[in-house]
Amino acid sequence: MVERRPLLLFIQHAVLIFGAAVFVFPIYLAFIASTHTAREVNSGLPLLPGGQMFDNYATVLGEGLSTAGAPPIGLMLMNSTIMALAITLGKLVISLLSSFAIVYFKFPFRVLAFWTIFITLMLPVEVRILPTYEVVAQLGMLNSYAGLSVPLIASATATFLFRQFFMTVPDELTEAARIDGAGPMKFFRDILVPLSRTNIAALFVILFIYGWNQYLWPLLVTTDESYYTIVMGIQRMVNAGEETPQWHLIMTTAILALVPPVVVILGMQRLFVRGLVEVEK
Amino acid sequence: MARLVALEVHVLTKKVTFSHRWLPYLLVAPQIAITLVFFIWPASQALYQSVLRQDAFGLKTEYVGLANFAKLFNDPLYLQSFYTTITFSALVAGVSMAVALVLAVMADRVVRQATTYRTLLIWPYAVAPAVAGVLWWFLFNPTIGIAAYALDALGYDWNHYVDGGDAMTLIVVAASWRQVSYNFLFFLAGLQAIPKSLTEAAAIDGAGPLKRFVTIQLPLLSPTVFFLLVVNVVYAFFETFGVVHATTDGGPGQATTILVYKVWRDAFQGLNLGSSAAQSVVLMAIVIALTAIQFRFIERKVEY
Repeated sequence: MVERRPLLLFIQHAVLIFGAAVFVFPIYLAFIASTHTAREVNSGLPLLPGGQMFDNYATVLGEGLSTAGAPPIGLMLMNSTIMALAITLGKLVISLLSSFAIVYFKFPFRVLAFWTIFITLMLPVEVRILPTYEVVAQLGMLNSYAGLSVPLIASATATFLFRQFFMTVPDELTEAARIDGAGPMKFFRDILVPLSRTNIAALFVILFIYGWNQYLWPLLVTTDESYYTIVMGIQRMVNAGEETPQWHLIMTTAILALVPPVVVILGMQRLFVRGLVEVEK
Repeated sequence: MARLVALEVHVLTKKVTFSHRWLPYLLVAPQIAITLVFFIWPASQALYQSVLRQDAFGLKTEYVGLANFAKLFNDPLYLQSFYTTITFSALVAGVSMAVALVLAVMADRVVRQATTYRTLLIWPYAVAPAVAGVLWWFLFNPTIGIAAYALDALGYDWNHYVDGGDAMTLIVVAASWRQVSYNFLFFLAGLQAIPKSLTEAAAIDGAGPLKRFVTIQLPLLSPTVFFLLVVNVVYAFFETFGVVHATTDGGPGQATTILVYKVWRDAFQGLNLGSSAAQSVVLMAIVIALTAIQFRFIERKVEY
């Protein structure tokens, strides 16, 4: 900037630091609660970490909350990981394939295929809850990893992003590949996919967070505890029966539930920001 | 129809294409199959069931035309839920965009540390809405929550189990918290795309920071504002089920029963098939309207 306004600069930093503090505060408190005993938490939460951290995390990961009827958190973490990865990889694979077909081939019904994919943008699971549940039930996919992930795999956004990217790939590459006698699949595997690496990585971050944070869908398709995911498991713990919620353990679980996506987002921040802005363009 | 054609033109292929008799079908097959089975079929089922009435045992079904819809819009509970959802969405969009804009403007001006602040501010986006709900619930818990305690010290008796306004505030805060990160990223990107020469020229001409913001940055940011408005409304309408379900359960009374929560409850607890299907259809109409607005806007952005 061409001007110097020390007071303004001070205010800016103050606002930003205050904003960041407000943002961190709920997580900080959750972390504090996860290091204390139930009694300490219930009799006015201290503002500094206590000494129960190791015990709480061990309890939650090992035994779970038997009183709350929830399985060990370790299992829920694994379920969440499986679901998030299945959704992410599934979406990436089918979107890469279908956008390749739509951009690189001329075939009857091509535009129809495009529109069929496009329309999924307008049908989020929240607006077709019951009929989708019925389809999954009829297919015998309740309480299974397939039921958790497959119905969420179709993605218009990923298909669009790849389509847009493929359109910018120079035609010379395709021609060169054809002259060298490469078939479409060889071109796809050896040229197109490697070129899309950055886009794939950016989408990976966004889709992983999307998959990990699913709530309504796992709530519907799982009644068997051994398929609970961690995000929905927390709710079961909070509303467990008549007892007062065991906040110290609930907060321990909350921390465990939010660490993986936060690590992914911070670790791949640059890709995430780029991917987000591009997907929504 | 004209715009349908206009969009169709965009479905281009490359100039150099491959030709193969069955390979392209094989390539689109997985996505088309999943879309048909889990999207198109259930959606058409919702449409179909919305004009039927089933008796309590599921033995008899009869065609009732638009009776389910008529009943819905004469149901004060449904209308109230509509009103609740609109209030909730307006508050979430307003609060999260206003906070994000202030933070983004501040971060944009401190060029060197902008990335540091961005790192500090983006990660709540990774937190699931349901988990965000539980975190804020803990903070505002009337018996042990620190925020409730602080409010009590200020003379406000916070209890979201009893007071509908308190419950609404709780879900608005929890839902906005995570959305601020998202809006912040877009506002910051939008602000950084404005040529520095514009604001610097204005500064040399003696325009203060506020004046520059109002006359230069805000107008240039208006496409971002509009885009985020739609995205935030969609988020508040459809992606906040977890916040409500994990915290207030739609209560006290009906105070936080948003439409998505109601369609779930009527389907899975009330077992009211026809009504639930009709509600689904209304929700679909809302998404389609919002998507159309968004696309219209994107198209215009492309044109100009």
